[in-house]
Amino acid sequence: MTIAVKAMGLLVSFVARLVTGAQGHWKGCPPEALQRIYFANHQSHLDWVLIWAALPHDLRVRTRPIAARDYWTAGRFKHWLTREVFHAVYVNRQRSDDQDPLEPLADALEHGDSLVIFPEGTRSNRGEPQAFKSGLYHLAERFPGVQLIPVWIDNVQRVMPKGEVVPAPILCTATFGAPLQLDPGEDKRAFLERARAAVIALRPAAA
Amino acid sequence: MNALRSLGVEQQVALLFLILFGLLALVSLAVLARSLRAQHVEHSDTEARLLRDLRALWIGALVFWLAWVSGPVGATLLFGIFSFLALREFITLVHTRRSDHRSLILAFFVALPLQYLWVGLRSFDLFTVFIPVYVFLAIPALSALAGDPTRFLERNAKIQWGLMVCVYGLSHTPALLLLETPRLERHGAFLVFFLVVVAATAQIVQELSSRWLRRRPVARLIDRSFSYRAWAAGAAAAAVVGALLVWITPFRVLPATAIAAVAGASGTLGDFVMRALKKDAGVRSWGNQPSVTGAVGLLDRVAPLCFAAPVFFHAVRWYASAQP
Repeated sequence: MTIAVKAMGLLVSFVARLVTGAQGHWKGCPPEALQRIYFANHQSHLDWVLIWAALPHDLRVRTRPIAARDYWTAGRFKHWLTREVFHAVYVNRQRSDDQDPLEPLADALEHGDSLVIFPEGTRSNRGEPQAFKSGLYHLAERFPGVQLIPVWIDNVQRVMPKGEVVPAPILCTATFGAPLQLDPGEDKRAFLERARAAVIALRPAAA
Repeated sequence: MNALRSLGVEQQVALLFLILFGLLALVSLAVLARSLRAQHVEHSDTEARLLRDLRALWIGALVFWLAWVSGPVGATLLFGIFSFLALREFITLVHTRRSDHRSLILAFFVALPLQYLWVGLRSFDLFTVFIPVYVFLAIPALSALAGDPTRFLERNAKIQWGLMVCVYGLSHTPALLLLETPRLERHGAFLVFFLVVVAATAQIVQELSSRWLRRRPVARLIDRSFSYRAWAAGAAAAAVVGALLVWITPFRVLPATAIAAVAGASGTLGDFVMRALKKDAGVRSWGNQPSVTGAVGLLDRVAPLCFAAPVFFHAVRWYASAQP
């Protein structure tokens, strides 16, 4: 089974590189094996794959995406791909009263893994990212030792616009910024706005 | 000379590669020695350009060798991959719209493979008209079906232009390898070598002479170093090299010189046009630095070949058919 997993991983990263180039630009921090939460703008289903392919091989194993449980465990292949290849953290989209939706994320962080999250919560199609949801703040509060890295993903929406199946080969970049910290006593809204600004600041100058 | 002629074609080609890589190694060593000795940082821009051209030459020579070693199928595949990467870079630079998606899919996954399939099958008549005629008609039709009239002509023109340069132009290089006419039989590798050397010579001589001549640039906003005189010097150098290399071609001296001059001149113009395109797209960094889009500058390297190859290809075919 592990051979199939490895082969699938290589295949996915090869296709991602072939189609998008999957260039990682480490502007604010080097690609180190530290525990991190990468937070990025969200424009397409490919965002996660792009970040994953832009990471060095040894960081990929310990960097995990968040996946909606109802969708990504529905089919056998989808479940296998997200569980074995990407090591996804599953979350429930429907809130139940007795469970904190951030609990699976906190488990993963306590386990020492890094996470990639898209704090907008949904894909935004054009222009600036939407306001960030509060999950990032709660994680930052609970895990002060984990580095928070803003990431700007550029051009992905051109590769696969909504409703299309075949990706068009266009070069994309993931720009990684300097680590962010939750200041003592910082207000939730202020922090989320600062985090959002940090992501937007990484956008390459409009060509 | 007689000893050379008595060798088989294969051995002649092997010898050619030996000489080529030997020369390249010598030039690289000379440049390296110079850069070690040089203390001042002046001319670092032109120096970097020289290095860039030298590296392009190395890459070109290696690609050429790979194409020869891997045979017709390998050569076609190899240049197909180059076309794909160049077109990907081109499309990244020219901002397309959402409604262009289907046209782009057609360009990348239908037009490009088919064009190289025609090369591999040696159906040169179809190869010559496929993109300029059939794809030219198909792309705007598909684009109109997408239902977006905004900048319709501009968007289609961009995609067609990219296909013409990155796919159609470049595909003439493997086509040269596979060209089969009674007089040119098995000369393909020599023809490609001739083309690459001539185009590279024109490029380098133009670069050097623009440095020495210091003429007023023709189009300052596009390229500060391009002047008519430097361009003519490049073409003249290409002609001289073409005349010197006449023994590896099936041509006589005068046609070889003329074809070399034309190929060299169109190659340098191709590079010039690509500069204009990048300025238009707002790309500031040049050479090997990854630009905003992450493009690493493959387009710059293949641009002279994209422009020189079709001209050269048709010159060769025309010459072959004009001979009795």
